[in-house]
Amino acid sequence: MQTERETPADIPVPKRKRFRMENWWGVLWVLPSLLAVMVFVYGFIIWTARVSVSAWKGLTPDYTYVGAENFVNLASDRRFHIDITNTAIFTVVFVLGCLLIGLGLALLLDKGIRMEGFYRSLFLFPMAISFIVTGVVWRWLMNPAQGDRLSGLNLLFDNLGLDFLINRWYATPTWGIAAVAIGAVWQMSGYTMALYLAGLRAVPEALREAARVDGASEFQVYRSVIMPLLWPVTLSAVIILGHSSLKVFDLIIAMVGKQVALDVPAIYMWTTTFDGFFFGRGAAIGMVLLVSVAVLVIPYLWYSLRQDSDG
Amino acid sequence: MTAQTAGVHRSRKWVYIPLTMMALFYLLPMFVMLNTGFKSFEEVSLATMWELPSALSLDNFTAAWEILSPNVWNSLKIVIPAATISSILGSINGYVLSKWKFPGANIVFPVLLFGMFIPYQSILIPLVDVMSRIGLAGSIWGLVLVHVIYGIPITTLIFRNYYAAVPDSLIEAATVDGAGIWQVYWRVLLPLSIPAFVVVYIWQFTSAWNDFLFAVLLTSTQNWPVTVALNNMAGSQIIAWNVQMAGSFLAAVPTLLIYIFLGRYFLRGMMTGALKE
Repeated sequence: MQTERETPADIPVPKRKRFRMENWWGVLWVLPSLLAVMVFVYGFIIWTARVSVSAWKGLTPDYTYVGAENFVNLASDRRFHIDITNTAIFTVVFVLGCLLIGLGLALLLDKGIRMEGFYRSLFLFPMAISFIVTGVVWRWLMNPAQGDRLSGLNLLFDNLGLDFLINRWYATPTWGIAAVAIGAVWQMSGYTMALYLAGLRAVPEALREAARVDGASEFQVYRSVIMPLLWPVTLSAVIILGHSSLKVFDLIIAMVGKQVALDVPAIYMWTTTFDGFFFGRGAAIGMVLLVSVAVLVIPYLWYSLRQDSDG
Repeated sequence: MTAQTAGVHRSRKWVYIPLTMMALFYLLPMFVMLNTGFKSFEEVSLATMWELPSALSLDNFTAAWEILSPNVWNSLKIVIPAATISSILGSINGYVLSKWKFPGANIVFPVLLFGMFIPYQSILIPLVDVMSRIGLAGSIWGLVLVHVIYGIPITTLIFRNYYAAVPDSLIEAATVDGAGIWQVYWRVLLPLSIPAFVVVYIWQFTSAWNDFLFAVLLTSTQNWPVTVALNNMAGSQIIAWNVQMAGSFLAAVPTLLIYIFLGRYFLRGMMTGALKE
Protein backbone atom coordinates (compact mmCIF):
# COMPACT_ATOMS: atom_id res chain seq x y z
CA MET A 1 0.00 0.00 0.00
CA GLN A 2 2.79 2.41 0.70
CA THR A 3 4.81 1.43 -2.34
CA GLU A 4 3.31 3.81 -4.88
CA ARG A 5 4.11 6.91 -2.90
CA GLU A 6 7.87 6.68 -3.02
CA THR A 7 8.36 7.45 -6.70
CA PRO A 8 7.91 10.98 -8.02
CA ALA A 9 4.65 11.18 -9.90
CA ASP A 10 6.18 12.43 -13.13
CA ILE A 11 8.41 9.41 -13.67
CA PRO A 12 6.46 6.45 -14.99
CA VAL A 13 7.67 3.37 -13.17
CA PRO A 14 6.31 -0.11 -13.70
CA LYS A 15 4.00 -1.11 -10.88
CA ARG A 16 5.78 -2.89 -8.11
CA LYS A 17 3.25 -3.93 -5.56
CA ARG A 18 4.77 -7.12 -4.34
CA PHE A 19 7.37 -6.34 -1.73
CA ARG A 20 5.58 -4.75 1.17
CA MET A 21 7.26 -4.97 4.56
CA GLU A 22 10.27 -6.52 2.95
CA ASN A 23 11.19 -3.20 1.35
CA TRP A 24 12.58 -2.07 4.63
CA TRP A 25 14.97 -5.00 4.80
CA GLY A 26 16.65 -3.53 1.75
CA VAL A 27 17.58 -0.45 3.73
CA LEU A 28 19.43 -2.58 6.25
CA TRP A 29 21.46 -4.20 3.48
CA VAL A 30 22.67 -0.95 2.01
CA LEU A 31 23.02 0.83 5.33
CA PRO A 32 26.75 0.15 5.84
CA SER A 33 27.59 1.55 2.41
CA LEU A 34 25.24 4.47 2.84
CA LEU A 35 26.71 5.39 6.18
CA ALA A 36 30.25 5.10 4.84
CA VAL A 37 29.46 7.43 1.94
CA MET A 38 27.55 9.84 4.15
CA VAL A 39 30.55 10.11 6.47
CA PHE A 40 33.48 9.83 4.05
CA VAL A 41 31.98 11.95 1.28
CA TYR A 42 29.37 14.33 2.67
CA GLY A 43 30.57 14.51 6.26
CA PHE A 44 34.12 15.13 5.11
CA ILE A 45 33.01 17.80 2.65
CA ILE A 46 31.24 19.66 5.45
CA TRP A 47 34.33 19.23 7.61
CA THR A 48 36.56 20.62 4.84
CA ALA A 49 34.14 23.51 4.39
CA ARG A 50 34.52 24.25 8.10
CA VAL A 51 38.34 24.15 7.81
CA SER A 52 38.15 26.48 4.79
CA VAL A 53 36.68 29.25 6.96
CA SER A 54 39.15 28.68 9.80
CA ALA A 55 42.50 30.19 10.65
CA TRP A 56 44.16 26.75 10.80
CA LYS A 57 47.82 26.84 9.83
CA GLY A 58 50.49 24.72 11.42
CA LEU A 59 50.26 21.25 12.87
CA THR A 60 47.68 21.87 15.59
CA PRO A 61 44.09 22.23 14.40
CA ASP A 62 42.74 25.74 14.87
CA TYR A 63 39.07 26.22 14.10
CA THR A 64 38.93 29.96 14.83
CA TYR A 65 36.34 31.32 12.42
CA VAL A 66 37.77 33.80 9.93
CA GLY A 67 34.89 34.07 7.47
CA ALA A 68 35.83 34.15 3.80
CA GLU A 69 39.41 35.26 4.46
CA ASN A 70 41.03 32.18 2.90
CA PHE A 71 38.95 32.59 -0.24
CA VAL A 72 39.62 36.31 -0.47
CA ASN A 73 43.34 35.64 -0.15
CA LEU A 74 43.17 33.06 -2.94
CA ALA A 75 41.53 35.61 -5.20
CA SER A 76 44.63 37.80 -4.98
CA ASP A 77 47.15 34.94 -4.79
CA ARG A 78 49.55 35.04 -7.77
CA ARG A 79 50.15 31.32 -7.59
CA PHE A 80 46.42 30.63 -7.70
CA HIS A 81 46.17 32.85 -10.78
CA ILE A 82 48.85 30.71 -12.46
CA ASP A 83 46.82 27.65 -11.44
CA ILE A 84 43.69 28.97 -13.06
CA THR A 85 45.49 29.91 -16.30
CA ASN A 86 47.13 26.49 -16.38
CA THR A 87 43.85 24.69 -15.74
CA ALA A 88 42.22 26.69 -18.52
CA ILE A 89 45.00 25.88 -21.03
CA PHE A 90 45.11 22.25 -19.94
CA THR A 91 41.34 21.87 -20.20
CA VAL A 92 41.13 23.39 -23.67
CA VAL A 93 44.00 21.33 -25.11
CA PHE A 94 42.93 18.16 -23.36
CA VAL A 95 39.20 18.31 -24.07
CA LEU A 96 39.54 19.54 -27.67
CA GLY A 97 42.37 17.07 -28.36
CA CYS A 98 40.36 14.15 -27.03
CA LEU A 99 37.18 15.17 -28.85
CA LEU A 100 38.87 15.68 -32.22
CA ILE A 101 41.03 12.56 -32.08
CA GLY A 102 38.23 10.52 -30.50
CA LEU A 103 35.66 11.56 -33.08
CA GLY A 104 38.12 11.17 -35.94
CA LEU A 105 39.10 7.66 -34.93
CA ALA A 106 35.50 6.64 -34.32
CA LEU A 107 34.47 7.86 -37.78
CA LEU A 108 37.36 5.96 -39.36
CA LEU A 109 36.59 2.78 -37.45
CA ASP A 110 32.91 3.05 -38.26
CA LYS A 111 33.69 2.61 -41.94
CA GLY A 112 33.60 -1.14 -41.50
CA ILE A 113 37.30 -1.79 -41.79
CA ARG A 114 39.26 -4.95 -41.37
CA MET A 115 40.86 -5.51 -37.94
CA GLU A 116 38.57 -2.99 -36.33
CA GLY A 117 38.85 -4.80 -33.01
CA PHE A 118 42.63 -4.65 -33.15
CA TYR A 119 42.72 -0.90 -33.76
CA ARG A 120 40.06 -0.26 -31.16
CA SER A 121 42.00 -2.16 -28.51
CA LEU A 122 45.18 -0.38 -29.48
CA PHE A 123 43.64 3.07 -29.12
CA LEU A 124 42.11 2.17 -25.79
CA PHE A 125 44.95 0.45 -23.98
CA PRO A 126 46.41 3.64 -22.43
CA MET A 127 43.27 3.80 -20.30
CA ALA A 128 44.49 0.75 -18.42
CA ILE A 129 47.76 2.39 -17.46
CA SER A 130 48.41 4.60 -14.47
CA PHE A 131 48.93 8.33 -14.98
CA ILE A 132 52.19 7.86 -13.10
CA VAL A 133 53.54 5.50 -15.76
CA THR A 134 52.30 7.81 -18.51
CA GLY A 135 53.92 10.76 -16.81
CA VAL A 136 57.29 9.07 -16.33
CA VAL A 137 57.48 7.98 -19.97
CA TRP A 138 56.29 11.27 -21.45
CA ARG A 139 58.71 13.16 -19.24
CA TRP A 140 61.51 11.53 -21.24
CA LEU A 141 59.73 11.74 -24.57
CA MET A 142 59.24 15.46 -24.06
CA ASN A 143 62.71 16.13 -22.76
CA PRO A 144 63.17 19.87 -23.38
CA ALA A 145 66.99 19.78 -23.74
CA GLN A 146 68.21 21.51 -26.91
CA GLY A 147 71.33 21.52 -29.04
CA ASP A 148 73.55 18.44 -28.90
CA ARG A 149 71.63 17.13 -25.87
CA LEU A 150 68.52 16.64 -27.97
CA SER A 151 66.53 13.55 -26.98
CA GLY A 152 63.08 12.05 -26.99
CA LEU A 153 60.58 13.39 -29.52
CA ASN A 154 62.84 16.33 -30.35
CA LEU A 155 65.55 13.88 -31.39
CA LEU A 156 63.02 11.89 -33.39
CA PHE A 157 61.90 15.06 -35.19
CA ASP A 158 65.54 15.88 -35.86
CA ASN A 159 66.20 12.41 -37.30
CA LEU A 160 63.12 12.65 -39.50
CA GLY A 161 64.07 16.09 -40.78
CA LEU A 162 61.12 17.72 -39.04
CA ASP A 163 63.30 20.25 -37.24
CA PHE A 164 60.58 22.91 -37.20
CA LEU A 165 58.67 20.74 -34.71
CA ILE A 166 61.47 20.78 -32.16
CA ASN A 167 60.34 22.68 -29.11
CA ARG A 168 60.87 22.98 -25.38
CA TRP A 169 57.68 21.07 -24.47
CA TYR A 170 56.80 21.50 -20.81
CA ALA A 171 59.65 23.94 -20.34
CA THR A 172 57.92 26.43 -22.66
CA PRO A 173 56.96 29.58 -20.71
CA THR A 174 53.19 29.96 -20.10
CA TRP A 175 52.20 27.15 -22.51
CA GLY A 176 54.24 24.37 -20.91
CA ILE A 177 51.12 22.87 -19.39
CA ALA A 178 49.83 22.19 -22.92
CA ALA A 179 52.63 19.64 -23.32
CA VAL A 180 51.41 17.87 -20.20
CA ALA A 181 47.93 17.90 -21.71
CA ILE A 182 49.29 16.00 -24.74
CA GLY A 183 50.20 13.16 -22.40
CA ALA A 184 46.66 13.26 -21.04
CA VAL A 185 45.25 13.23 -24.58
CA TRP A 186 47.33 10.14 -25.30
CA GLN A 187 45.75 8.48 -22.31
CA MET A 188 42.10 9.50 -22.70
CA SER A 189 41.44 10.01 -26.42
CA GLY A 190 40.83 6.30 -26.94
CA TYR A 191 38.14 6.47 -24.31
CA THR A 192 36.52 9.37 -26.14
CA MET A 193 36.70 7.26 -29.31
CA ALA A 194 34.85 4.46 -27.51
CA LEU A 195 32.10 6.86 -26.45
CA TYR A 196 31.72 8.17 -30.00
CA LEU A 197 31.84 4.71 -31.51
CA ALA A 198 29.03 3.58 -29.24
CA GLY A 199 27.10 6.67 -30.30
CA LEU A 200 27.72 6.00 -34.00
CA ARG A 201 26.66 2.39 -33.68
CA ALA A 202 23.41 3.56 -32.17
CA VAL A 203 22.52 5.53 -35.32
CA PRO A 204 20.04 3.32 -37.18
CA GLU A 205 21.33 2.22 -40.57
CA ALA A 206 17.87 2.98 -41.98
CA LEU A 207 18.38 6.65 -41.21
CA ARG A 208 21.62 6.83 -43.20
CA GLU A 209 20.05 4.81 -45.97
CA ALA A 210 17.06 7.15 -46.15
CA ALA A 211 19.35 10.17 -46.47
CA ARG A 212 21.33 8.45 -49.25
CA VAL A 213 18.14 7.59 -51.09
CA ASP A 214 17.21 11.27 -50.88
CA GLY A 215 20.44 11.98 -52.75
CA ALA A 216 22.62 13.11 -49.87
CA SER A 217 26.36 12.70 -50.42
CA GLU A 218 28.35 10.74 -47.87
CA PHE A 219 29.61 14.03 -46.39
CA GLN A 220 26.06 15.39 -46.12
CA VAL A 221 24.95 12.20 -44.39
CA TYR A 222 27.60 12.84 -41.76
CA ARG A 223 26.96 16.54 -41.41
CA SER A 224 23.17 16.55 -41.39
CA VAL A 225 22.20 13.13 -40.07
CA ILE A 226 24.95 11.67 -37.94
CA MET A 227 26.62 14.66 -36.31
CA PRO A 228 23.41 16.09 -34.80
CA LEU A 229 22.73 12.67 -33.28
CA LEU A 230 26.17 12.67 -31.69
CA TRP A 231 25.59 15.84 -29.66
CA PRO A 232 24.60 13.97 -26.50
CA VAL A 233 27.83 11.94 -26.74
CA THR A 234 29.84 15.13 -27.13
CA LEU A 235 28.12 16.58 -24.10
CA SER A 236 28.93 13.52 -21.96
CA ALA A 237 32.50 13.49 -23.18
CA VAL A 238 32.98 17.20 -22.45
CA ILE A 239 31.67 16.74 -18.92
CA ILE A 240 33.64 13.59 -18.14
CA LEU A 241 36.86 14.97 -19.63
CA GLY A 242 36.31 18.50 -18.35
CA HIS A 243 35.75 17.39 -14.80
CA SER A 244 38.80 15.16 -14.86
CA SER A 245 40.96 18.00 -16.15
CA LEU A 246 39.93 20.02 -13.10
CA LYS A 247 41.19 17.18 -10.92
CA VAL A 248 44.45 16.42 -12.75
CA PHE A 249 47.21 15.70 -10.26
CA ASP A 250 49.16 12.42 -10.74
CA LEU A 251 50.10 13.06 -14.34
CA ILE A 252 51.66 16.45 -13.62
CA ILE A 253 53.48 15.18 -10.53
CA ALA A 254 55.02 12.30 -12.47
CA MET A 255 55.83 14.31 -15.57
CA VAL A 256 57.23 17.55 -14.20
CA GLY A 257 57.06 17.34 -10.40
CA LYS A 258 55.85 20.25 -8.31
CA GLN A 259 56.84 23.40 -10.20
CA VAL A 260 55.02 26.68 -9.72
CA ALA A 261 55.08 27.33 -13.48
CA LEU A 262 53.17 24.08 -14.07
CA ASP A 263 51.00 24.25 -10.97
CA VAL A 264 47.29 23.46 -10.86
CA PRO A 265 44.78 23.81 -7.98
CA ALA A 266 44.91 20.11 -7.06
CA ILE A 267 48.68 20.32 -6.58
CA TYR A 268 48.57 23.69 -4.85
CA MET A 269 46.04 22.25 -2.39
CA TRP A 270 48.38 19.36 -1.74
CA THR A 271 51.58 21.30 -1.23
CA THR A 272 50.07 24.11 0.81
CA THR A 273 48.27 21.65 3.09
CA PHE A 274 50.58 18.71 3.52
CA ASP A 275 53.96 20.33 2.86
CA GLY A 276 53.25 23.84 4.16
CA PHE A 277 50.54 23.10 6.77
CA PHE A 278 48.29 25.95 5.60
CA PHE A 279 45.20 23.87 6.28
CA GLY A 280 42.73 26.75 5.97
CA ARG A 281 44.01 27.71 2.53
CA GLY A 282 44.24 24.08 1.40
CA ALA A 283 40.64 23.46 2.41
CA ALA A 284 39.56 26.60 0.56
CA ILE A 285 41.20 25.33 -2.64
CA GLY A 286 39.52 21.97 -2.09
CA MET A 287 36.15 23.70 -1.84
CA VAL A 288 36.76 25.76 -4.99
CA LEU A 289 37.58 22.54 -6.84
CA LEU A 290 34.52 20.80 -5.46
CA VAL A 291 32.19 23.61 -6.51
CA SER A 292 33.68 23.75 -10.02
CA VAL A 293 33.21 20.00 -10.45
CA ALA A 294 29.71 20.10 -8.97
CA VAL A 295 28.62 22.82 -11.41
CA LEU A 296 29.56 20.50 -14.28
CA VAL A 297 28.51 17.18 -12.85
CA ILE A 298 25.26 17.76 -10.95
CA PRO A 299 23.22 18.88 -13.99
CA TYR A 300 24.71 15.94 -15.91
CA LEU A 301 23.78 13.46 -13.18
CA TRP A 302 20.30 14.88 -12.98
CA TYR A 303 19.89 14.70 -16.74
CA SER A 304 21.33 11.17 -17.10
CA LEU A 305 19.30 9.69 -14.28
CA ARG A 306 16.09 11.28 -15.50
CA GLN A 307 16.64 9.75 -18.91
CA ASP A 308 17.39 6.51 -17.17
CA SER A 309 14.07 6.37 -15.39
CA ASP A 310 12.15 7.68 -18.42
CA GLY A 311 13.50 5.05 -20.73
CA MET B 1 24.77 -5.95 -45.93
CA THR B 2 27.86 -8.14 -46.26
CA ALA B 3 28.18 -7.32 -49.93
CA GLN B 4 28.01 -3.64 -49.10
CA THR B 5 30.61 -3.98 -46.36
CA ALA B 6 32.89 -5.76 -48.75
CA GLY B 7 32.48 -2.89 -51.18
CA VAL B 8 33.45 -0.48 -48.45
CA HIS B 9 36.58 -2.52 -47.83
CA ARG B 10 37.72 -2.03 -51.38
CA SER B 11 36.91 1.66 -51.76
CA ARG B 12 38.17 2.87 -48.37
CA LYS B 13 41.78 1.80 -48.36
CA TRP B 14 42.92 5.32 -47.44
CA VAL B 15 41.45 5.01 -43.94
CA TYR B 16 44.36 2.79 -43.04
CA ILE B 17 46.80 5.67 -43.43
CA PRO B 18 45.46 7.84 -40.58
CA LEU B 19 44.64 4.74 -38.54
CA THR B 20 48.21 3.48 -38.79
CA MET B 21 49.62 6.88 -37.98
CA MET B 22 47.48 7.08 -34.89
CA ALA B 23 48.42 3.53 -33.96
CA LEU B 24 52.07 4.62 -34.04
CA PHE B 25 51.25 7.57 -31.78
CA TYR B 26 49.61 5.26 -29.23
CA LEU B 27 52.45 2.77 -29.39
CA LEU B 28 55.24 5.32 -29.12
CA PRO B 29 55.52 5.35 -25.31
CA MET B 30 55.28 1.56 -25.26
CA PHE B 31 58.04 1.33 -27.81
CA VAL B 32 60.30 3.62 -25.82
CA MET B 33 59.69 1.71 -22.60
CA LEU B 34 60.47 -1.66 -24.13
CA ASN B 35 63.20 -0.55 -26.50
CA THR B 36 65.09 1.13 -23.67
CA GLY B 37 64.26 -1.61 -21.21
CA PHE B 38 65.84 -4.31 -23.34
CA LYS B 39 69.13 -2.51 -23.92
CA SER B 40 72.20 -3.34 -21.89
CA PHE B 41 73.54 -0.69 -19.52
CA GLU B 42 76.48 0.00 -21.86
CA GLU B 43 74.24 0.58 -24.82
CA VAL B 44 71.80 2.98 -23.18
CA SER B 45 72.12 6.65 -23.96
CA LEU B 46 69.63 9.43 -24.54
CA ALA B 47 71.23 10.21 -27.89
CA THR B 48 70.55 6.71 -29.24
CA MET B 49 67.10 6.45 -27.71
CA TRP B 50 65.43 5.57 -31.02
CA GLU B 51 67.94 2.94 -32.09
CA LEU B 52 67.07 -0.69 -31.56
CA PRO B 53 69.10 -2.71 -29.04
CA SER B 54 71.92 -4.74 -30.64
CA ALA B 55 71.14 -7.64 -28.32
CA LEU B 56 68.34 -8.24 -25.86
CA SER B 57 69.39 -7.66 -22.29
CA LEU B 58 67.38 -7.82 -19.10
CA ASP B 59 69.72 -5.55 -17.10
CA ASN B 60 67.20 -2.75 -16.76
CA PHE B 61 64.29 -4.97 -15.88
CA THR B 62 66.36 -6.77 -13.26
CA ALA B 63 67.52 -3.50 -11.75
CA ALA B 64 63.99 -2.06 -11.74
CA TRP B 65 62.52 -5.24 -10.28
CA GLU B 66 65.05 -5.17 -7.45
CA ILE B 67 63.86 -1.72 -6.47
CA LEU B 68 60.16 -2.13 -7.13
CA SER B 69 59.36 -5.73 -6.19
CA PRO B 70 58.41 -5.01 -2.54
CA ASN B 71 56.08 -2.31 -3.82
CA VAL B 72 54.54 -4.60 -6.39
CA TRP B 73 53.67 -6.96 -3.55
CA ASN B 74 52.28 -4.07 -1.52
CA SER B 75 50.11 -3.10 -4.47
CA LEU B 76 48.76 -6.64 -4.70
CA LYS B 77 48.11 -6.72 -0.96
CA ILE B 78 46.09 -3.52 -1.31
CA VAL B 79 44.35 -4.17 -4.58
CA ILE B 80 43.14 -7.75 -4.18
CA PRO B 81 41.23 -7.26 -0.91
CA ALA B 82 39.99 -3.84 -2.07
CA ALA B 83 38.61 -5.22 -5.34
CA THR B 84 37.10 -8.25 -3.62
CA ILE B 85 35.31 -6.34 -0.86
CA SER B 86 34.20 -3.64 -3.32
CA SER B 87 32.64 -6.21 -5.61
CA ILE B 88 30.67 -7.81 -2.80
CA LEU B 89 29.40 -4.50 -1.45
CA GLY B 90 28.59 -3.20 -4.92
CA SER B 91 26.64 -6.32 -5.73
CA ILE B 92 24.53 -6.07 -2.58
CA ASN B 93 23.89 -2.35 -3.04
CA GLY B 94 23.07 -2.72 -6.70
CA TYR B 95 20.69 -5.57 -5.95
CA VAL B 96 18.76 -3.67 -3.31
CA LEU B 97 18.68 -0.41 -5.26
CA SER B 98 17.39 -2.07 -8.41
CA LYS B 99 15.08 -4.78 -7.09
CA TRP B 100 13.95 -3.83 -3.60
CA LYS B 101 13.42 -0.14 -3.93
CA PHE B 102 12.77 1.16 -0.48
CA PRO B 103 11.10 4.54 0.12
CA GLY B 104 13.61 7.19 -0.84
CA ALA B 105 15.78 4.88 -2.99
CA ASN B 106 15.44 7.31 -5.89
CA ILE B 107 17.07 10.02 -3.82
CA VAL B 108 19.71 7.79 -2.28
CA PHE B 109 21.09 6.68 -5.62
CA PRO B 110 22.14 10.07 -7.08
CA VAL B 111 23.44 11.09 -3.66
CA LEU B 112 25.63 8.00 -3.72
CA LEU B 113 26.70 8.56 -7.32
CA PHE B 114 27.94 12.09 -6.77
CA GLY B 115 30.65 10.59 -4.57
CA MET B 116 32.25 9.17 -7.70
CA PHE B 117 32.93 12.58 -9.21
CA ILE B 118 34.16 14.63 -6.28
CA PRO B 119 37.72 15.96 -6.38
CA TYR B 120 39.36 14.14 -3.50
CA GLN B 121 41.14 17.35 -2.49
CA SER B 122 37.84 18.28 -0.88
CA ILE B 123 37.99 15.38 1.59
CA LEU B 124 41.71 14.77 2.13
CA ILE B 125 42.13 16.85 5.28
CA PRO B 126 39.41 15.05 7.27
CA LEU B 127 40.47 11.73 5.77
CA VAL B 128 44.02 11.97 7.09
CA ASP B 129 42.68 13.07 10.46
CA VAL B 130 40.21 10.17 10.75
CA MET B 131 42.64 7.56 9.45
CA SER B 132 45.24 8.47 12.03
CA ARG B 133 42.62 8.56 14.80
CA ILE B 134 41.44 5.05 14.00
CA GLY B 135 45.05 3.91 13.75
CA LEU B 136 45.01 3.06 10.04
CA ALA B 137 47.19 5.87 8.71
CA GLY B 138 50.29 4.54 6.99
CA SER B 139 49.00 0.98 6.76
CA ILE B 140 47.92 -1.22 3.90
CA TRP B 141 44.52 -1.81 5.44
CA GLY B 142 43.85 1.90 5.68
CA LEU B 143 44.31 2.20 1.94
CA VAL B 144 42.12 -0.86 1.35
CA LEU B 145 39.36 0.78 3.39
CA VAL B 146 39.66 4.01 1.41
CA HIS B 147 39.48 2.25 -1.95
CA VAL B 148 36.47 0.27 -0.81
CA ILE B 149 34.59 3.32 0.46
CA TYR B 150 35.31 5.62 -2.47
CA GLY B 151 34.59 2.72 -4.81
CA ILE B 152 31.05 2.27 -3.50
CA PRO B 153 29.43 4.68 -6.01
CA ILE B 154 30.87 3.12 -9.18
CA THR B 155 30.53 -0.49 -8.06
CA THR B 156 26.93 0.12 -7.00
CA LEU B 157 26.19 1.79 -10.31
CA ILE B 158 27.58 -1.06 -12.41
CA PHE B 159 25.69 -3.72 -10.47
CA ARG B 160 22.48 -1.69 -10.35
CA ASN B 161 22.49 -1.31 -14.14
CA TYR B 162 23.26 -4.97 -14.56
CA TYR B 163 20.53 -6.16 -12.22
CA ALA B 164 18.01 -3.72 -13.69
CA ALA B 165 18.16 -5.83 -16.85
CA VAL B 166 17.20 -9.00 -14.95
CA PRO B 167 13.44 -9.48 -15.43
CA ASP B 168 11.39 -8.76 -12.32
CA SER B 169 9.33 -11.85 -13.08
CA LEU B 170 12.28 -14.04 -12.08
CA ILE B 171 12.31 -12.46 -8.66
CA GLU B 172 8.58 -12.53 -8.40
CA ALA B 173 8.57 -16.24 -9.11
CA ALA B 174 11.13 -16.81 -6.37
CA THR B 175 9.21 -14.71 -3.84
CA VAL B 176 6.03 -16.63 -4.64
CA ASP B 177 7.97 -19.75 -3.75
CA GLY B 178 8.61 -18.15 -0.37
CA ALA B 179 12.16 -16.85 -0.90
CA GLY B 180 13.10 -13.78 1.13
CA ILE B 181 15.37 -10.97 0.09
CA TRP B 182 18.49 -12.96 0.96
CA GLN B 183 17.42 -16.19 -0.77
CA VAL B 184 16.44 -14.28 -3.92
CA TYR B 185 19.89 -12.75 -4.00
CA TRP B 186 21.73 -15.95 -3.24
CA ARG B 187 19.75 -18.31 -5.46
CA VAL B 188 18.55 -16.11 -8.33
CA LEU B 189 20.73 -13.02 -8.76
CA LEU B 190 24.16 -14.15 -7.66
CA PRO B 191 24.46 -17.05 -10.13
CA LEU B 192 23.61 -14.59 -12.91
CA SER B 193 26.09 -11.97 -11.78
CA ILE B 194 29.44 -13.34 -12.90
CA PRO B 195 29.89 -10.92 -15.82
CA ALA B 196 29.08 -7.97 -13.56
CA PHE B 197 31.53 -9.24 -10.98
CA VAL B 198 34.22 -9.43 -13.63
CA VAL B 199 33.52 -5.86 -14.75
CA VAL B 200 33.56 -4.49 -11.23
CA TYR B 201 36.55 -6.51 -10.10
CA ILE B 202 38.59 -5.34 -13.07
CA TRP B 203 37.48 -1.78 -12.59
CA GLN B 204 38.42 -1.69 -8.93
CA PHE B 205 41.62 -3.64 -9.48
CA THR B 206 42.73 -1.19 -12.16
CA SER B 207 41.80 1.99 -10.35
CA ALA B 208 43.31 0.86 -7.05
CA TRP B 209 46.45 -0.35 -8.82
CA ASN B 210 46.79 2.95 -10.65
CA ASP B 211 45.94 5.14 -7.67
CA PHE B 212 48.55 7.60 -6.54
CA LEU B 213 46.79 10.36 -4.59
CA PHE B 214 45.44 8.25 -1.72
CA ALA B 215 48.51 6.06 -1.60
CA VAL B 216 51.04 8.85 -1.35
CA LEU B 217 49.05 10.45 1.45
CA LEU B 218 48.05 7.38 3.42
CA THR B 219 50.90 4.88 3.27
CA SER B 220 54.24 4.94 5.02
CA THR B 221 57.41 4.23 3.02
CA GLN B 222 57.50 0.49 3.63
CA ASN B 223 53.87 0.14 2.54
CA TRP B 224 54.14 2.20 -0.64
CA PRO B 225 52.37 0.68 -3.63
CA VAL B 226 54.18 0.57 -6.95
CA THR B 227 52.86 3.91 -8.28
CA VAL B 228 54.32 5.86 -5.37
CA ALA B 229 57.61 3.98 -5.54
CA LEU B 230 57.83 4.51 -9.30
CA ASN B 231 57.18 8.22 -8.97
CA ASN B 232 59.80 8.41 -6.30
CA MET B 233 62.23 6.52 -8.51
CA ALA B 234 61.53 8.87 -11.41
CA GLY B 235 62.15 11.90 -9.23
CA SER B 236 65.49 10.68 -7.98
CA GLN B 237 68.71 11.75 -9.63
CA ILE B 238 70.45 8.47 -8.80
CA ILE B 239 68.35 6.03 -10.78
CA ALA B 240 69.05 6.13 -14.50
CA TRP B 241 66.24 6.85 -16.94
CA ASN B 242 66.58 3.46 -18.59
CA VAL B 243 65.79 1.75 -15.29
CA GLN B 244 62.86 4.13 -14.90
CA MET B 245 61.54 3.01 -18.29
CA ALA B 246 61.82 -0.65 -17.33
CA GLY B 247 60.18 0.13 -13.98
CA SER B 248 57.32 1.94 -15.70
CA PHE B 249 56.71 -1.10 -17.82
CA LEU B 250 56.75 -3.42 -14.80
CA ALA B 251 54.25 -1.16 -13.03
CA ALA B 252 51.98 -1.27 -16.07
CA VAL B 253 52.14 -5.03 -16.69
CA PRO B 254 49.34 -6.27 -14.38
CA THR B 255 46.69 -3.86 -15.65
CA LEU B 256 47.87 -4.29 -19.24
CA LEU B 257 47.48 -8.06 -18.94
CA ILE B 258 43.98 -7.59 -17.60
CA TYR B 259 43.25 -5.27 -20.46
CA ILE B 260 44.60 -7.67 -23.06
CA PHE B 261 42.67 -10.66 -21.78
CA LEU B 262 39.53 -9.04 -20.42
CA GLY B 263 39.34 -5.79 -22.39
CA ARG B 264 35.67 -6.23 -23.19
CA TYR B 265 34.73 -6.12 -19.52
CA PHE B 266 37.09 -3.24 -18.90
CA LEU B 267 35.38 -1.20 -21.59
CA ARG B 268 31.98 -1.94 -20.12
CA GLY B 269 33.10 -0.55 -16.78
CA MET B 270 34.39 2.60 -18.45
CA MET B 271 31.13 3.17 -20.27
CA THR B 272 29.14 2.80 -17.08
CA GLY B 273 31.51 5.27 -15.45
CA ALA B 274 30.33 7.86 -17.96
CA LEU B 275 26.75 6.91 -17.06
CA LYS B 276 26.47 5.29 -20.51
CA GLU B 277 25.35 1.76 -21.09
